[in-house]
Amino acid sequence: MSVQKKLINDPLKVANELVEGLVDAYNGECKYVGSRSIVKTDIPDGKVALLVGGGSGHEPIYHGLVGRNLADGAACGDIFAAPPPDIVFEATEAVDKGKGVLYLYGNYAGDVMNFDLGAEISEDEDIDVRTVLIWDDVCSAPPTDKKNRRGIAGLVPIVKLAGAASQTAESLDELEAAAKKAVLMTRSVGVSMTPGSIPATGKPTFDIPEELIGLGMGIHGEPGVAEIPMTTADELTPTMLDLIFEDFERDEEVDALKEGDEVLIFVNSLGATTMMECLICLRKAKEVLQSKGIKIYDVMVGPLVTCQEMSGLSFSITKMDDELKGYWDAPCQSVCFSKMEGRYGG
Amino acid sequence: MGKESLSITEVRDMMLAVADKIIESEPILTDADRALGDGDHGVGMERGMNAIKDKLGGEDFANVGKVFMGVGMAMMSSMGGASGAVYGTFFRSGGKALGDAETFGSAECATFFKEGTEGVMSRGGAKPGDKTMVDALMPAAEKAAEVVGQPISEALSAVAEAAEAGKEASKAMIATMGRAKTLGEKSIGHPDAGAVSVAIIVAKMSDCAA
Repeated sequence: MSVQKKLINDPLKVANELVEGLVDAYNGECKYVGSRSIVKTDIPDGKVALLVGGGSGHEPIYHGLVGRNLADGAACGDIFAAPPPDIVFEATEAVDKGKGVLYLYGNYAGDVMNFDLGAEISEDEDIDVRTVLIWDDVCSAPPTDKKNRRGIAGLVPIVKLAGAASQTAESLDELEAAAKKAVLMTRSVGVSMTPGSIPATGKPTFDIPEELIGLGMGIHGEPGVAEIPMTTADELTPTMLDLIFEDFERDEEVDALKEGDEVLIFVNSLGATTMMECLICLRKAKEVLQSKGIKIYDVMVGPLVTCQEMSGLSFSITKMDDELKGYWDAPCQSVCFSKMEGRYGG
Repeated sequence: MGKESLSITEVRDMMLAVADKIIESEPILTDADRALGDGDHGVGMERGMNAIKDKLGGEDFANVGKVFMGVGMAMMSSMGGASGAVYGTFFRSGGKALGDAETFGSAECATFFKEGTEGVMSRGGAKPGDKTMVDALMPAAEKAAEVVGQPISEALSAVAEAAEAGKEASKAMIATMGRAKTLGEKSIGHPDAGAVSVAIIVAKMSDCAA
């Protein structure tokens, strides 16, 4: 495996420098806080705050989801590593406007420990903190063991929905409930074909034989449910979506997807997989959903949750109800993801 | 005859020596982690140790616990990730439990290892046998409780032996936590990288007390 060419400077400063660049991209809308957080400059007093975060290197998330009607701030870790507790605290202090802060982030051991420590420090400073974990990857554990599921691309619709909810939420309880619903209704399945690389060393994040696809592999290359032969978009797409349908069926906390249901579908590229491939897979996904009588409420497509030049993609399905539709229809704007009011085809 | 107990300054110097020892051991830790994890443990620990040197060097502390808590804060803030949280918790919980003790003898040593290990277990959820740093810490804590009353030199020497044996025993275990858990039985034969660094840390503490 050849070493990737990367335009970086000191390998130890990659995370800080990318966040500095992100702040520049926001052009005044956001500021750099403390050791390594990014926070909106104009959070209104009395707003229930939404804080996201995680390891860097997956740009544009999580920090690219700070914005209008989205998250108020992000605590940024080093490359593929959770942010330390003092960074979480610095971000918490900066977004808190007196009504408390909801932490919304992916379910990884390092993130949970560090955000929990950050929450303890924040509570010592009388900031009310709640946590909702994102665990949308259906291939990482069975529905009876969601606490062991990883958070992958479904985080984008989840943060979008929670961001909209945070604009109108009267209390931390209300925002927490909305975020929990967005998580419960969102399920994802991913595949990967070739690894990304660790920016500082250029070395691949995992190994996979040329002729195989890792079905259900995580965004850092965590093993999935099977290694299957390389195939076509039209063969792979129904296999992946079936895993999501099965999960809605098996999970006692939600109803199975059925005719007449409305869903949001998100096709995410892990970095190197092209928009061409994502669109070809989206076309097949629409056919599969239509064959089941499931209506597409809206569509997202693009490389939003990446792992450098890793190739592979994921499907995320969010089952919509009137409350979630209301949050979805709100416009939003960030470096990572923007949409107009309403929806395509609406 | 070794030392009966260590003063605040001696504890600080001991931890500075531990930091140098871990920095020197970076290639060993990197190799240990590459076998089971993502290979970043050595570099992460090196970053943590440099932060300890910045924080402890030339600083005076009011008591022994504050030295260990300073070590914990430095590691937590500089390392991030799961390892920053668990190592930071170990030193912070162990140090906090020492109250205002101004010497580090075998009784303080037993409290430090017991509370530190319990802190790690409640923070990370690992139990003995999960192939984590707890598999070196738990036998160390148990031994420390047994040797209360002995001079610190003898006590730490016995604790270091227990940590080393715990690290060796982790080779036969199947990883159930963290990134290594996805390897399942393939993890047998390699020690846990976290247990390796615990064994190195305690061995150096023992050297300094001799």
